[in-house]
Amino acid sequence: MSVPLEHDYIGLSDASSSSEPLNNISSDNVSTNVFNLKATELSLGLPGFAKSSDENATKLGHVIKNYMSGAKRGFCDVNGSGKWGLNGGSEAGLCKEINGGFEKKQSQQLISSSDVKLGEKDKKSHAGESGNVPPSAKAQVVGWPPIRSFRKNTMATNMSKSGGDMAEGNSGSGGCLYVKVSMDGAPYLRKIDLKIYHNYAELSKALEKMFSCFTLGQCSSKGIKGQERFTESNLKDLLHGSECVLTYEDKDGDWMLVGDVPWEMFIDSCKRLRIMKGSEAIGLAPRSTDKCKNRN
Amino acid sequence: MFHYWFLSSCKSISYGSRVKFHTRMDLNQKRARSVDPDLVSPESTTSPFPDEVLEPVLSLIDSHKDRSSVSLVCKDWYHAERWSRRHVFIGNCYSVSPEIVAGRFPKIRSVTLKGKPRFSDFNLVPEDWGADVYPWLSVLAKAYPFLEELRLKRMAVSDDSLRFLATNFHEFKALSLLSCDGFSTDGLKAIATHCKNLTELDIQENGIDDIGGDWLSCFPESLTSLQVLNFASLNSEVSFNALEKLVARCKSLRVLKVNRNINLDQLQKLLLRAPQLTELGTGTFTQDLVTRPVADLETTFGYCKNLLTLSGLWDSNSLYLPVINPACASLTFLNLSCATLLSFELTMLLMNCKSLRRLWVLDTVGDRGLEAVGSWCPLLEELRVFPADPFEQEEVAGVTESGLVSVSRGCPNLHYVLYFCHQMTNAAVATVVQNCPGFTHFRLCIMNPGQPDYQTNEPMDEAFGAVVRTCPKLQRLAVSGLLTDLTFEYIGKYAKNLEILSVAFAGSSDLGLKYVLGGCPRLRKLEIRDCPFGNAALLSGLTKYESMRSLWMSACNLTMNGCRVLAKEMPRLNVEVMKDEDSEDSQAHKVYIYRTVAGPRRDAPPFVLTL
Repeated sequence: MSVPLEHDYIGLSDASSSSEPLNNISSDNVSTNVFNLKATELSLGLPGFAKSSDENATKLGHVIKNYMSGAKRGFCDVNGSGKWGLNGGSEAGLCKEINGGFEKKQSQQLISSSDVKLGEKDKKSHAGESGNVPPSAKAQVVGWPPIRSFRKNTMATNMSKSGGDMAEGNSGSGGCLYVKVSMDGAPYLRKIDLKIYHNYAELSKALEKMFSCFTLGQCSSKGIKGQERFTESNLKDLLHGSECVLTYEDKDGDWMLVGDVPWEMFIDSCKRLRIMKGSEAIGLAPRSTDKCKNRN
Repeated sequence: MFHYWFLSSCKSISYGSRVKFHTRMDLNQKRARSVDPDLVSPESTTSPFPDEVLEPVLSLIDSHKDRSSVSLVCKDWYHAERWSRRHVFIGNCYSVSPEIVAGRFPKIRSVTLKGKPRFSDFNLVPEDWGADVYPWLSVLAKAYPFLEELRLKRMAVSDDSLRFLATNFHEFKALSLLSCDGFSTDGLKAIATHCKNLTELDIQENGIDDIGGDWLSCFPESLTSLQVLNFASLNSEVSFNALEKLVARCKSLRVLKVNRNINLDQLQKLLLRAPQLTELGTGTFTQDLVTRPVADLETTFGYCKNLLTLSGLWDSNSLYLPVINPACASLTFLNLSCATLLSFELTMLLMNCKSLRRLWVLDTVGDRGLEAVGSWCPLLEELRVFPADPFEQEEVAGVTESGLVSVSRGCPNLHYVLYFCHQMTNAAVATVVQNCPGFTHFRLCIMNPGQPDYQTNEPMDEAFGAVVRTCPKLQRLAVSGLLTDLTFEYIGKYAKNLEILSVAFAGSSDLGLKYVLGGCPRLRKLEIRDCPFGNAALLSGLTKYESMRSLWMSACNLTMNGCRVLAKEMPRLNVEVMKDEDSEDSQAHKVYIYRTVAGPRRDAPPFVLTL
């Protein structure tokens, strides 16, 4: 039985699994829900997305179905309260991709975060039909699906590097943890995924490499990335290792010295990183980078 | 499967003792004196093939299956074969002891050794289970001081073992480690430092403790013999300077697979040094700052006229991917399993890959991408589709049955498929095998355990029934989805050439396993998890297990008593039960059964009970 293929006329990214038409979905079969991770678009829509009978539904936006079904009410409550002060009275149907449910703390970011997307068109929302058996009930079984650890790790870093930037500072999703890294005097910031490092030494090395184009002789691979926009005097002004301090902003908003706490605790609480240089750094603990390297 | 083990214990115990007798003989005596009614051939004393003729002829035979057959012909041939054998393949390191191997084969130059059961790849086998290579190395060092090649799969390899290897085998040339664990980059340092004639260093997908430390810089300046260098799975940086110099001076380098830390500019430099490569694994395939025109890299790829295999390509995207176009036309193997490509990106790439025989992709390419495979790669023989996000709780986009069907339509030579998907139908599988009846390896993983045909809601029995009925050459099968005993009835009945079967979350009763054990005459490896098969089923295969390499059963309905009965009846099997804290004492939660001539393991950890 041939399955008519759906074409993504909008030209958005992979509507790959859109091949099976909605017709084939039986109401009690939750396994037909496929959502496109890649194609995401910011838009407003009604909460409790209409069950789509639209033949042309293209799957846009990553929606965690169970959140929709389970948390729909939560949204309505939140939105209904009018706290968000949206114009036109339209309720925001924004959903943030969070593992395990909403966190009130982050609800503030719901509207402002542009990382969270919803499909503009009708999605295949199975909020209604699926309310019952949520596939997330399939707890992760050891060794299933049968993928080698090596490949798992590659995927994890791939998913974090490609397309989907997770919401800022979100440490909930297991895959990645992006934080901004700023360096004093650098013209732009960088973002790194803390989850791909296992200890301070690796982090320190990676940062060194990343910011090597802004520093003098720090990294052996420096020559490759050099857009040498900095003049000699700038470079001299910039710090050598001993005057460079790596700090981070933790969950409470305080700026802390990197390296004090165990690695796991660090990545749990780190929201952003800052490489401090120059006079600001004086007075803070010196040899902080050494300290980082010592800790494993 | 007639490899070494089979020889030792086929037919009768008496033959086994004959083997032992021979190994104790003076090795200079090539002709056995004892008369054996089973094996003596009329020509044994006046063979038309004197050793001087036989040995050179036999030395041309490489396949270990053929060699085992040869050794069974008669005594003369047995001895001629063992003297001419240079490579020994041991599929289960516990099936034989290193001493026995060394005793039988005096002139080995190359050893392939496999250790842990395959499910250890998926964390089902506890650490410290065993398969330590060190005991083998110490025997090999005495027996084969001129050993040249060692290929290990799923073995526990420590840094000490690597150091031992590097310093005790002075002719050592080729090391391949696949899915091994227990070593760190320090061990690699030892190899790089001491192996003066190294031609091959192939480190794949191991549980390596990557502490960096610049192992690659330990290759001496005098080392120019390297032909194969694969460190793609290492995370830490290597010194690019050292790498570039190494590549430049090793003129015979044909396989180079770097890790993700090597960027495009560095790749460019390496390729300029080594245009003769036949296999290339790139590093990261994107960069933020375009420091040199993309055209340069594209031109460089054009110089690599011998490139057959391409892999790596981490982070590649439509901006940089086109640089490989000049090399595409001659590629036979394209491994995109580290690249999250979208359908249009894959399509653009494949349009140029008309010679492709093997393709590995992530399911981010979707069904549309697979359509492109069917359209542009008519010579395709092998397809592997891995899930980009296997543990995502939510159903995510990936590939479906229609992608596989598209490929089967366009690629009639397809005979190997590994397919991870979220949904499948019986009809689709039937169509696929009808389009490609030559399947030898059919590994389908419907990722939600126990999921039925999503269109009809029926079990997937008919799908695999179609596979085994339509594909007479089927050697390897992995089943998934909702399956009843009927699937196994089909398998037992029709899969005459099946050698490897993987089963998970399937079957309804003991009957399922009984069907398989009662059929499948060529079965060698059977691995089962989370199925309702119990003691009766296990014991129904009593006589079969000695013709198999191994059986793994975990989270089934086996009990200690059942396993004890098996162990008692079949003394030449090792019946090992792995205890874990959660299971009750009477349950046999993880059972690993394998034939052996080496007796029970002497190195079993406390949680492994040999019954």
